[in-house]
Amino acid sequence: MIAFATEEQAQEKKATRAALGVTLAALADEGMDIVAVDADLSGSTTLGKFGAAKPEYAERLFNVGIAEQNMIDVAAGLALTGSIAFTGSFAVFGIGRAYDQIRNTVAYSKLNVKLTPTHAGISVGPDGGSHQMLEDLSLTQAIPGITILVPADYSAAEAAVRLAAETEGPVYVRLGRASVPTLYAPGVELEVGKAYVIREGSDATIVACGVEVNEALKAADLLAAEGISAEVIDCFSVKPLDAETILGSVSKTGCCVVAEEHSIYGGLGSAVSTLLSENHPVPVSLVGMRDKFGKSGEFEELLSYFHLDAASIVEAVKAAVSRK
Amino acid sequence: MEVTQLENQANEMRKDIIRMVAEAGSGHPGGSLSCIDIMTALYFGGVMNHDPEDPKKEDRDRFVLSKGHAAPALYATLANAGYFPKEELLTLRKLGSRLQGHPDSNLLPGVEVGTGSLGQGLSICAGMAAGLRLHGSNAHVFTIMGDGEIEEGQVWEAATFAAHQELGNLIAVLDYNGLQIDGDITKVCQTDDVAAKFAAFGWDVRAVDGHDIAALIEVLTACKDDEAAKPHIIIASTVKGKGVSFMEGQAGWHGKAPNAQQAADALAELEERA
Repeated sequence: MIAFATEEQAQEKKATRAALGVTLAALADEGMDIVAVDADLSGSTTLGKFGAAKPEYAERLFNVGIAEQNMIDVAAGLALTGSIAFTGSFAVFGIGRAYDQIRNTVAYSKLNVKLTPTHAGISVGPDGGSHQMLEDLSLTQAIPGITILVPADYSAAEAAVRLAAETEGPVYVRLGRASVPTLYAPGVELEVGKAYVIREGSDATIVACGVEVNEALKAADLLAAEGISAEVIDCFSVKPLDAETILGSVSKTGCCVVAEEHSIYGGLGSAVSTLLSENHPVPVSLVGMRDKFGKSGEFEELLSYFHLDAASIVEAVKAAVSRK
Repeated sequence: MEVTQLENQANEMRKDIIRMVAEAGSGHPGGSLSCIDIMTALYFGGVMNHDPEDPKKEDRDRFVLSKGHAAPALYATLANAGYFPKEELLTLRKLGSRLQGHPDSNLLPGVEVGTGSLGQGLSICAGMAAGLRLHGSNAHVFTIMGDGEIEEGQVWEAATFAAHQELGNLIAVLDYNGLQIDGDITKVCQTDDVAAKFAAFGWDVRAVDGHDIAALIEVLTACKDDEAAKPHIIIASTVKGKGVSFMEGQAGWHGKAPNAQQAADALAELEERA
């Protein structure tokens, strides 16, 4: 049984990225051979906190400067000497700019490199569309053999970073900049390949990941007030996808909404749609970015502007239910 | 091994390259023939600490073929060194073979990491060199890059990083044959002073005749023994297609297999050189 945050803990809003550096320091304290490579963003990614945690960790944090392609392959080389190599930068660069390095070196040779860039999605906010990475799940999901974890809160992010270190081979952990409410208890134990039913319901299934999990819970409250019972699944592990949990829920509810802070092309919506169309076709509505770049704005404003907020999920659920 | 023996070994491997690529019907003979003497020096000339019986031994020197399209040269070297049976060479590029068109470390012993997408080897080697140092190893990391390959911007990201990190245990060899697929490197998109570029990036730069095996062994060993905290690059002047007269200096033989008659002519010529 998954442990949830107490009401008091739930009030605490923290960014998922904040879990990165401190968790790596904790793992190194436990004796794991952790190294990290960043590209001039070690303050923002919090990898700097790993390097600063102990004097001997400073030499385990490599700064390649503004050179993301080199960052990924230097991490590959470090992994080849036995280390568990984490990488930094922002998702738009650490995944997007270094796609070929991730595909042809890290994934092709199945290296123990962990892709942990931060600032994924529109939650980057004011930096604007150039920095709002909305295709990272598409890029990584299409590459064979990469495990993809999308933590919904700080506790899940700690668990994801820990799982990345413990899981052999390439892992992508999608981390964000925005502060989000705490859902899970500190130290919660999550698993690769698992999605979690965090609210039970009978009329519709909402599968969400990352910051959309909180929006989905708010949507479920709004729907309840209108007499619609929504089941909410936190799809912590996007790849491998937890087919059993998702199919089990949809078999019960008969329709599905997928919500992600990401393009609908190749992300969680695509993955769940593929699963359902091949195994249990039901009406599906997708909440996500529809063939658009982001824009400058505050995170909350952008959620609403791009129809990624709880109200948009409510509409999507009603649409899916009406098509049952 | 005496130098004449090493030259004969290189000649045998040239024949293997021709046989493999001809049998496959595709592949990259030109750049394989240009770097095979460097491979001979590394693997047979006592430069690298390696053991075909124990390809993953802890203290081994590492080698990465950054110009992964010269896979036939790597495969000929590894097979002749005893990493896998020589008979397997003729399976190059065939379905089910461990000898993929470009090296795959999941399949073949002696291949440290998959390569083929150019410009990545130097970064990987810099990471390995930093990792070996971090783990207290005295091992060295060797790589062969193509001269066309250094048009990739990532090479210069790696060059900056390696010098900044003072990776004296990193030794790169540039297979400087002057040709890339589209022709003369200086006509495609390069200025010529590679030595000055690497020197400006803070590297120890040396030059050698890339077909003089004795000189190659000498310069590679000197780099290995050098205690200075600078990464090394050896600019090896080579001839694309070296050893097969009708392939020498011809960009057209970058990525084209000889037909049966051409292969027979090439093998006859190499036989005479032995």
